Amino acid sequence: MSEPTWTPARDEDAALVSGTGAFLDDLDPLPGTLVAAVVRSPHPHARVRGADLERARNHPGVAAVIGPDEVRAAVRPFPLSTATPMPYLPSAVDTARYVGEPVAVVVATDRYVAEDAAELVVIDYEPLDVVVDTRRALEPDAPLLHDEAGTNVATDRTFAFGDVEGAFAAAAHTVRGEYTFPRYSSVPMETYGVVARWSEDADGPAVQAWANFHGPFTMVPVAAGALGLPTSRFRLHVPADIGGSFGIKSGIYPYVVLMALASKHAGRPVRWTEDRIEHLLASSSGAGRVMAFEAAVSEDGRVAALRADLVDDVGAYLRPPEPSTLYRCFGNITGAYDVPAVAIRARAVVTNRAPTGLNRGFGGQQLYFGLERLMDAVATTTGLDVAEVRRRNLVRTFPHRTPTGGLYDSGDYARALEMLVTKGGYDELRARQVAAREAGAYYGVGLALVVDPSGTNIGYVGLATPAQDRTPGRDKSGSTEIVRASVDVQGVVTVLLGSVPQGQGHATVARRVAADRLGLPVEQVRARIEMDTATTPWTVTSGSYSSRFAPLVTSAVIAAVDRLAESVRGAATVLLGLAPDAAARLELADGEVRDPSSGTSCRFRHAAGLIHWDPGSLPAEVPARTSAEGEFRPPEAVAATAEDRINSSLCYGFVAEMVGVRIDPDTLEITLDRVASVHDAGTVLDPVLLEGQVLGALVHGLGGALYEEFRYSDAGQPQSATFLDYLCPTSAETGFDLVSDHLESPSPLTPLGAKGCGEGSSMSLPVAIANAVADALAPAGVVIDSLPLHGEALFQRMCTDVVAPATTSVHVPDEGGLP
Amino acid sequence: MKAAPFAYHRPASVAEAVDTLATGDAKVLAGGQSLVPVLAMRLGRPGTLVDITALSELGRLERRGDELCLGAAVRQRRVERDPLTAAVPLIGRAMPFVGHRELRSRGTVCGSLAHADPAAELPAVAACLGAVVEVTGPHGDREVPAASFVTGAMTTAVSPDELVTGVRFPTAGPGEGFGFAEIARRHGDFALAGVAVRVRASSSGALRDATLAAFGVSDRPVVRDVTDLLADATTEAELRPATAALAAEVVDTAGDAHGSTAYRARLLGVLAARELARAHREALA
Repeated sequence: MSEPTWTPARDEDAALVSGTGAFLDDLDPLPGTLVAAVVRSPHPHARVRGADLERARNHPGVAAVIGPDEVRAAVRPFPLSTATPMPYLPSAVDTARYVGEPVAVVVATDRYVAEDAAELVVIDYEPLDVVVDTRRALEPDAPLLHDEAGTNVATDRTFAFGDVEGAFAAAAHTVRGEYTFPRYSSVPMETYGVVARWSEDADGPAVQAWANFHGPFTMVPVAAGALGLPTSRFRLHVPADIGGSFGIKSGIYPYVVLMALASKHAGRPVRWTEDRIEHLLASSSGAGRVMAFEAAVSEDGRVAALRADLVDDVGAYLRPPEPSTLYRCFGNITGAYDVPAVAIRARAVVTNRAPTGLNRGFGGQQLYFGLERLMDAVATTTGLDVAEVRRRNLVRTFPHRTPTGGLYDSGDYARALEMLVTKGGYDELRARQVAAREAGAYYGVGLALVVDPSGTNIGYVGLATPAQDRTPGRDKSGSTEIVRASVDVQGVVTVLLGSVPQGQGHATVARRVAADRLGLPVEQVRARIEMDTATTPWTVTSGSYSSRFAPLVTSAVIAAVDRLAESVRGAATVLLGLAPDAAARLELADGEVRDPSSGTSCRFRHAAGLIHWDPGSLPAEVPARTSAEGEFRPPEAVAATAEDRINSSLCYGFVAEMVGVRIDPDTLEITLDRVASVHDAGTVLDPVLLEGQVLGALVHGLGGALYEEFRYSDAGQPQSATFLDYLCPTSAETGFDLVSDHLESPSPLTPLGAKGCGEGSSMSLPVAIANAVADALAPAGVVIDSLPLHGEALFQRMCTDVVAPATTSVHVPDEGGLP
Repeated sequence: MKAAPFAYHRPASVAEAVDTLATGDAKVLAGGQSLVPVLAMRLGRPGTLVDITALSELGRLERRGDELCLGAAVRQRRVERDPLTAAVPLIGRAMPFVGHRELRSRGTVCGSLAHADPAAELPAVAACLGAVVEVTGPHGDREVPAASFVTGAMTTAVSPDELVTGVRFPTAGPGEGFGFAEIARRHGDFALAGVAVRVRASSSGALRDATLAAFGVSDRPVVRDVTDLLADATTEAELRPATAALAAEVVDTAGDAHGSTAYRARLLGVLAARELARAHREALA
């Protein structure tokens, strides 16, 4: 018997599986740090008439208690993406607007004492009327969350591209559907964590904070601004190890502000570690959406135009980066299809629920749930097979410019669909369906095709503001990444990544990319993960979100090591006795710098050593560069046009997915019989990591399809604040038959041809499962227009006269829009 | 999510444990898989915890005649793995549904009984089989039939100054068949509906009696003598009308987003028919 061996797939793994990772709660960067507990509103909507903090302040072991007065006096509302007056502060000052909203912070010697004292905080609440339903919040007589706004609608924009009205007038069929996507999360294993210290420095107050925040770094000036500090005096550190986020931890920054203020009052550094109940109650989630989609369809099933009416429930505040859920997929809103005309109404509405934000598949989960359910409705109306109707509408040439301004850089959607149908066994699953129906059972097959955007162009944020109101010279754009590379005296190269990964394996891939580019063995390259806003290169678009690593960070790694290599080549000319202008022809391979014309070579490390030890020997035109920053700034990421067109991402990958489901006719339990998933993320940088991302996104999608949902009672009370009620799929739920494959359509826009791959199936699997369930139950005439789907959800649709909650308030005006 | 202050007591004997409970405002800690989260969420704040896990006199797992005897400190995972448990087949059928393996490695059988969650498996198994719960207290020892042990949601016949010391399950004899099934949103979740079933045949192969315990559908396990149901229906399909009627009568939980009252009744009817048919086949095999 040989000893079991293990070869880690990633450089990060050995530390993680042996318990030596260093997560935020493992760090103790500042001696004497105290511990905070947050007092939260039990009311979904209430006026805060007063706060009695004295008993808590007098409790033994308590250093400080801050409440509405302290926050009002010291914190400015966060800058928002729209002009609608819905001021957002890190805690409630005059009004609490969701259950779990912070109202006070207790700082004490430890968490037990802090929680004991938190029970002594007395807040005088006057309950107000509550609105939790998205459609209800739109109505003129709905309770208002923000009186100054005079409406619950935080943003309402309409767009039209191409001849939409003409296409609908000429259409053989108009196919329409209303759909609801639930708010759900990705439930990272590690919760939010902050250590913050307020100090009075020589040039004024300053904050130093540690947080498991991962961007977008647009939130750094937002957080600093709330404290009235320049970003130069707001120094943020992010630990190298973050225990997952999938977007959720981008919502941590208000707590950084709150703990900085708590530290100011305590006179000591303050640590706050969110517990699981706090996390499920009030951290963040994807936005819920109600939407109506309409397609103008020809006799042969071609979609000539789309109308989309999107209403996002963003919770009690338009917390930045919302309303980005509406716009992240703006450039790819027509999905996989060549649709020349589209009209969009995009609204975000506030409700008495927790604020929303980034979640894996951001914006695409919601979009494709509507669009891909609609494509099934098109198939039903035209009598076409669901694969055939999609095939007829596919984008077939690349690059492809969408009517909304997106530029699909590369792809082969038709081939991906054929791979799916063939390798996934579409005909076989249809045969199973026939057999099941003959036996009186339910079996269904569902498809979903999604364009998977990566490398966000933050310019889409501008779309929330009408073009005429966007200030000239204050446009936003960009998908920039910056990386620093350095070489030491022994020729070891280090790439410094401020990419704030949450477990994706950035270091492993960056190291290999750099080694390949420099012709070095990986042992001679290190990748260091570190974010300190005072020393690490960063810009507002920095961060680990929007599947940026593969397309953007690796491109910046190449830019940085190329600049470094310029010096190494120059130094090599000295060692090889060549003229300085020979540097450009020198090749880097096998740890050497080679002159291809003569065959002579020197060691890379000797050339690097020369830069350190003997820079006096370098010719004047050779830079004595031992470190270099490289940035990747793709020219395709520009601000929105005056016509509101935008290329909202740099790269567009593709996912084709198929699901076969069985539904027990007695218990109505849904069983996944097969999942088939074909991905195109451009050039594959690491097949193992790609597979990991695919599996992770599938399980995330599975959660939204069958298990997870943040539910609220009509009175606004959360009903899923523990893992007893918020159900994440576990390994026991993932034993389905999976067929996975990929193709590679390299992006012409990134040096390696790579696109992002972290989110695809999060967007496609929820709707693929919904399509399969709808197909299975089609003989029973069951409407599937919302998630999650499970026995009880099907029972409500099939076996009761009670209309399901999701559709109770549907009323379709004559013009066919949402209210 | 940190517990309010409490005193922790680890008695050296059952007598000392009872003495500590008599001081009032005390709670017994065994596996802690339900109690500790309750403390952490401050949903309960007993002044004293009495940890009985070190009491060797409560650690017995043994067969005595036609009974399997489990002490109050015996963990579920030990019961699951011990060969003696084969004498009570229904325990083996039910145990994989009790939480997850990690929870069972800490949780105790008696703790599950004493906690009396309406959706828990083991109280239903105990009630179905007619197990006997052993209780001690300031006024001495007493025995409580499992069928009357649970008196409501999270409440039992044990008074605050008493301690569950063990439980005795009857071992299976020849001609006995069993069924156990539950439906939950995910594996390991509390059941939306579940059944534990025992069917006994006489030595001549005739049906002697049949018992069904339903859980997750009321404030406590609901035990029914279903011998009559099997008198003229023995396959799942034949049983369905009768089990559906039984379920409609038994299910009185208010339901929730995971399972309404009506859906739970549907599930119970289906599971009862399936498991009664299975147990009947087994008993008469």
